[in-house]
Amino acid sequence: MTDTSMAPPGTGIRTFDYGSDEAQARVKRRYQAEARFKLYGLLAVLFAGAFVFVLLADIVRKGMPAFFEHRVVLTLDLDASLIDPTGRREIDALRNGDYNKIVMDAWRANFPEVTQRSERRRLEALVSSGAADDLRAAVIRDPALIGQKIRFPVLLSDDADLHFKGLSTRISTVPGAGALDVKVNGREVELSGSGQPFAAILADVKAGLLKDAERVGAELARLPASQQGGNNAALDARRAELTQKVADLRRRAGDAGSAETIDFSSMPSRIIRAEGASIRLQEIGPGSAKGFLLVAPQREMARLESWAIATFATPESNRKASDADISWLETLNARGAIEKAFSTRFFTSGDSREPELAGIRGALIGSALTLLVTLIVCLPLGVGAAVYLEEFAPKNRFTDVLEVNINNLAAVPSIVFGLLGLAMFLNFFGLPRSAPLVGGLVLALLVLPTIIIASRAALKAVPPSIKEAALGVGASHQQAIFHHVLPLAMPGIMTGTIIGMAHALGETAPLLMIGMVAFIVDIPQAITDPGTVLPVQIYLWSDLPEVAFQAKTAGAILVLLGFLFVMNGAAILLRRRFERRW
Amino acid sequence: MSFASPMIQEPASAPEPAVAAKVAARNVNVHYAEKHALKDVSVDIPARAVTSFIGPSGCGKSTFLRCINRMNDTIPICRVTGEITIDGKDIYDSRLDVVLLRARVGMVFQKPNPFPKSIYENVAYGPRLHGMARNKTELDEIVVNSLKRASLFEEVKDRLQESGTGLSGGQQQRLCIARAIAVSPEVILMDEPCSALDPIATAKIEELIDELRSNFTIVIVTHSMQQAARVSQRTAFFHLGALVEEGSTEQIFTNPKDKRTQDYITGRFG
Amino acid sequence: MTSFYYALMVALALGAYFLVRSRAAALASGQTLHSRPTYHGLLAAAQVILPMILIHFAGSIMAARFVEHQALVAMDPALLTDELRRGAAFREIREFAIGRGAANATQALQAGAAMYAYLSALTNWAVLGLGLAVGIAMALFSLRSISGEFRARNRFEQVVRYLLMACATVAVITTIGIVFSVLFETFRFFQKVSPIDFLFGTHWSPQTAIRADQVGSSGSFGMVPLLVGTLLISTIAILVAGPIGLFAAIYMAEYASPKFRAWAKPILEILAGIPTVVLGFFAALTVAPLIREVGTALGLSVASESALAAGLVMGIMIVPFVSSLSDDVITAVPQSLRDGSYGMGATRSETITKVVLPAALPGIVSAFMLAISRAVGETMIVVMAAGLAANLSFNPLDAVTTFTVQIKTILVGDQEFDSAKTLAAFALGFVLFFFTLTLNVIALAIVRKYREQYD
Repeated sequence: MTDTSMAPPGTGIRTFDYGSDEAQARVKRRYQAEARFKLYGLLAVLFAGAFVFVLLADIVRKGMPAFFEHRVVLTLDLDASLIDPTGRREIDALRNGDYNKIVMDAWRANFPEVTQRSERRRLEALVSSGAADDLRAAVIRDPALIGQKIRFPVLLSDDADLHFKGLSTRISTVPGAGALDVKVNGREVELSGSGQPFAAILADVKAGLLKDAERVGAELARLPASQQGGNNAALDARRAELTQKVADLRRRAGDAGSAETIDFSSMPSRIIRAEGASIRLQEIGPGSAKGFLLVAPQREMARLESWAIATFATPESNRKASDADISWLETLNARGAIEKAFSTRFFTSGDSREPELAGIRGALIGSALTLLVTLIVCLPLGVGAAVYLEEFAPKNRFTDVLEVNINNLAAVPSIVFGLLGLAMFLNFFGLPRSAPLVGGLVLALLVLPTIIIASRAALKAVPPSIKEAALGVGASHQQAIFHHVLPLAMPGIMTGTIIGMAHALGETAPLLMIGMVAFIVDIPQAITDPGTVLPVQIYLWSDLPEVAFQAKTAGAILVLLGFLFVMNGAAILLRRRFERRW
Repeated sequence: MSFASPMIQEPASAPEPAVAAKVAARNVNVHYAEKHALKDVSVDIPARAVTSFIGPSGCGKSTFLRCINRMNDTIPICRVTGEITIDGKDIYDSRLDVVLLRARVGMVFQKPNPFPKSIYENVAYGPRLHGMARNKTELDEIVVNSLKRASLFEEVKDRLQESGTGLSGGQQQRLCIARAIAVSPEVILMDEPCSALDPIATAKIEELIDELRSNFTIVIVTHSMQQAARVSQRTAFFHLGALVEEGSTEQIFTNPKDKRTQDYITGRFG
Repeated sequence: MTSFYYALMVALALGAYFLVRSRAAALASGQTLHSRPTYHGLLAAAQVILPMILIHFAGSIMAARFVEHQALVAMDPALLTDELRRGAAFREIREFAIGRGAANATQALQAGAAMYAYLSALTNWAVLGLGLAVGIAMALFSLRSISGEFRARNRFEQVVRYLLMACATVAVITTIGIVFSVLFETFRFFQKVSPIDFLFGTHWSPQTAIRADQVGSSGSFGMVPLLVGTLLISTIAILVAGPIGLFAAIYMAEYASPKFRAWAKPILEILAGIPTVVLGFFAALTVAPLIREVGTALGLSVASESALAAGLVMGIMIVPFVSSLSDDVITAVPQSLRDGSYGMGATRSETITKVVLPAALPGIVSAFMLAISRAVGETMIVVMAAGLAANLSFNPLDAVTTFTVQIKTILVGDQEFDSAKTLAAFALGFVLFFFTLTLNVIALAIVRKYREQYD
C-alpha cells in the first residue's frame, strides 16, 4: 500500500508501509521468482552433467563389445604335407603353407551334412579370413607343432561374433509338449504327434499374423486420400492391395485350426531342437509340421521324447546371420566349443576391411608420431613466443598486432588450418600426403596459440621480485629469465602444453584435409610414411556400413577418451603439485 | 510481522539517546570461519540522530555495521550470534524477511557504487523492486524527491538519462545516498562514505548527513575522528573487535572514560 | 639424407662449441674475458647451426623445384604447360624412381625417372656440400674471433632475442599463410565462376564434368543454400547453448556451493574436452535416430540427417564454452555493485538480472559471438550428422549442408587441382575464415574494452 500522503513540507520523503498485505504478497512473489530462477540455473548445470553421463554410458555400452572376440576351439591336424612339403622348416616355405585348408577342413568336419555348395560357402563364411593367418603365425613361432594335432582357437567372422554378442536376433526357447514321431527324408523332416503338440506354436504364429494385419491396416490408413479428378490409378491399386492383404491376414489369423506356411521374409523363424539336431519348421499344423534339417542329429532319430522350440524374433531376411548360421553356432556353443576372449587384436593390428580383424594399432602409432612432431615444433615456438611477448617485446604497434593476431588465431576454425596445410605444406612445399609429419605441423600451428597463451599466463604469474633479485646480483636480463623466471613458470607451461596436446590428439577436421583419411593397413614406421590418427580412424569406421564396425568405432572412442582422460588428469595433477601461491 | 511504522516527521530535537533506541544490539558476536571478529558488542542507537563508529582499521566497526542490515548474510563463512533489534523486533528472527529488512535499513558503501545505468534508473531501482510506485508519475516523483533530498537534483536535473558512472566521485556518492533514500528506509548505514572523496565532496556529504538526520536514523562508520566529531551526536569506539566505549560525541572526545579511547583520540595509535 | 645432414650439423655444432669454449678458457687463464667461455662456445654453435638450417631449407625447396622441372622436361616437355597432367605425371615419376611404380613403364617415364633420380642425388649432395662448407667456415670464423674484449654474451643474447622474436612471428606468418592460401585459390576460382553467382546463387552442385562436351559440364556454385544451412544449424546450436550456458554460468558463479562447484566444474571441463568426432558419432548414431523416432511418432517427416540433431549436439558442445566465458565476465563484475543492490533489498535473482547481467552484457555478447563463430566453423559434428544435400530450407527437420561439410567433401579423396570444384572449396574456406575472423575481432575487442572497464 503506497502511502500517498506526503511527509511534512520540506522533507519531501514519501513513506511506505512494508508491512501491508500487498507488500507481503509482493515479497512472496519475488521469492517465488527467485526460487524459479535458481532452479533454471541448477537445471542447466544438471542438463550438461546428464548429457555427459548419457554420452559416456552410450559409448561404453556400444564400445565394450569391441574389446572381446569369439572364437571356436577346433582340433586342427597340422598336416606336414600341407604346411611344409619339403620338410626343411624354412620360414619362406612355412609362410606359403595352405593353412586355410587345415582350418576349413576342421571347421566343416563339425557339420558333415553340409554338402551343397552355397550352404557350404555360408558355413565357411562364419570363420574369419584371418583365422588362417593366426595359425600361420602360431606355426612360424613354433615349427615343432607341424605334424601334430592341436586345439586351436579359430577366430569367428564378424556376423558370428555379433550373434554371440546378442546383436543378431532375440531367441526365446520353450520346451515342447508331448512326444513327436519323426520321419526323415534326406534333409526333409516330417513331425507329428498325438494331442496337438504344435497348437501353442500355431497360436503364436496366428497372433503374429494379427499383428501384421494391424501394421498393414495402419499403413492403409496413412495412404493419402484420392484426389478429385486426379490420376489415382496407382494409389487406388495400392489401396485395394493393402485392403486385400489385411482381409487375408485376418482370415488366416481367425481360422485357428488351419495349417500355416512360414514366410521367412516377414515371420519369425521357429526351430525345433532335439538330440543335437536343429529342424527349421516350414509348415505348421496343430498336430503335425514339416521342416528342414539344418543340423543333423547325433544319432538316428525316429521318436523325440523331449524337444524344445526356439523362436528367432527377427525374420530371417532382416538379419545378416541366417537361421542355418545361428543353428550351427548355437550347436557348437552347446558343445562347448565357443570361447569368448579379450581381443588383444584390437590393439595390435592395423586397419582392415574385415571388422573382426580391424585394430587401432596403426592409428595409435600414427597419433603418437603426429603428436611427437606437434610437440617438437610447437613447444619451443610457443615458449619462445611467450617469453618474447612477456619479457622482451617493446610496447609498439607490431607487438599489438602480434597479440591480437594470436588471440584471433586461437578462434580460427580448425578446418581452415587444414586448408593451410593443403595449400602450403602439400602443394607449395611438396611434403608427402597423409604423413604424420604434415599432420603434426598443421596441429602444431593449431595449438600454438593455446600454448603461447598458457605460457604467458605462467610467466606472468612469476612475481617480478624474482627477476629483480637475479638482476640485483648482476645477471643479465636473459640470464635472469632463463635461469630463474622460466624454470619457475615451467609447471604452468607444461600444464598448458599437455592440454594443448590433448586438444591436438582429439582434432580431426584439419587432418582430413591433408589426406590422413586414406585406408592404410600398414603401421607407419616414420613420420613421412602414410598413416592415420585415432580420431580420423574413428571417423572412417563410423562411416562404414557393417554393424560390427559400430562397436569398433565406439571401442576406439573409448581408447581415445582414455588417453585424453590420462592427459588431462596429468595436467590437473601437475597443476596441483606445483601450484604455488606467491 | 509488521513494521507498519510510518515515519514520524517531527522536527528534529536535540537527541536524547537513552529515550528512543531505534536499534539495539545485545551480546553480538561475529565469527569469520575461525576468526572471532566481533566480541560481545552491546549498544543502543538512538532514532533520528547520527551515531558514528570509530576505531583503528580491522577493529570490527564495519563488521558490526553490516550486521544491522544483515549484509553479512552474503558472506558464506560468516556467523552472527546475539541479538539485534530494530524497534524491538529481532532482525535475526528466522521469520523476518531479509529483503524487507534491507529496504528499511539502507546502506551507503565506502566506494561509490552506482549501477552502470542512468541516474534515473539508479534511483528508481529500489522503488521498482519493492513496488512502491503505481505509475510513472509516482515513480518520477520518488526519484526527483530522493535526488532533491540528496542535494543532487540541481546538478543532474538536465541529464537524468545519462549514466550514473559518468558523475564525479562526490556526486556518485550522493547518488548512492539518493538511491538509498528512495526506498524510504528508517535507518541508513554509511560505511566510510567519504573515504574515497576529496575534501570538498566530503564537506557536501557531511552537510547532507546533517540534514538527513531529521528524518532518518543514521549510523556512520568513519576512520576520521574529525568527521565523527563534526557529524555525529553519539560515538562508539571499537578496538580489536570489542566495543570499548559509547557515549555522546562530546563526552567521548572531551572526557573519555577508557584509557584506550583516550589513547586513540589523542593519536597514540590507530 | 635429411637426417644425415642434421646429424652432421649437430656434430659440427658440438665440435665448434667445445673447441671454442676450451680455447676461450685457455685464454681466460691469462687475462680477464668480457664473456665467460661458455658464451663463446654457445655463440659458435649458434653461428654454425643457423646458417646450416637456412641453407637446408632454402636449398631443399629450390632443389625440389629444379628437379621437378627437369624431370618433367626429360619425360615430355609438353607436360610443363599442362596444369592438369603435370601433378599426376610427377607423382608417377617419383613412384617409379623409388621402385614402387608399375612395371610396364613407358620410355618417357623411364627417362623422367632416371633424370629425377640423378638430379635428386646431385642436388642432395650439393646442398650437403654447401651446408658443410658454410658450417666449417662459420666454426673457423668463431674460432678466430675469440678475444678478451669480444662481447660473446651480448652477441649470443642478441641471437637469442631474434630467435624469440622469430618464434612470436610464426603466429603472424600462420595468419598470413592462411590468408594467402585461401585468397590465392579464391581469386583463381573467381576467374572461372563469377563472384555474383557464387555469393548470391541459390543452387549448389559442384560436380563439373571432366570433358567439356559432356552434359551439364559446368556445376553451379551458389553458396546461399550452404549459408542458410550453416546459419540454421548454428542458430539451433546457439538456442541450445545460449540459455543453458548462461544459466549454468550464473548458477556456478552466484549460487553454487563450493562443494557443488567442485563437482560441476570438472563435468563441464570433460564436456569441453570431448573431441568433436565423438560428439559427431553420438549425434549421428544416437541423437538423430531418436529425433527421427520422436518425429515420426508425432507424425512429422524427419530427414535421417536432420539439421536439428546436428544443431542440438553442436549446441551442447559449445555449452561449456559459453558458460566458462560468461562465468569469467560475471565474476568480473565488482562485488560493490552486488552489495549496492543487496543493500537496497534486492533478492539474488533481481540483483543478477537487473544489475550484474546488464553490467556484464558486453562480455556476454562477445561470448555469444565467439560461440557462434565456433559453431559456424565446427566440422566433424556436421560432417557426421548433417547431410550433403544442399537444400535451401529453414526447416530444422530437413537435411541441410554447411560450408565445412562441403569443404571437407570436396577436398577429401582424389581431387584434380585447378578444377573449379576444388577451387570452390577454397572460396568457401575464404568466406568461412573471414566470417569467423570478423566475429572474433569484434568479440575480442569488446572483451578487451570490457576488461579495461573493471580493471
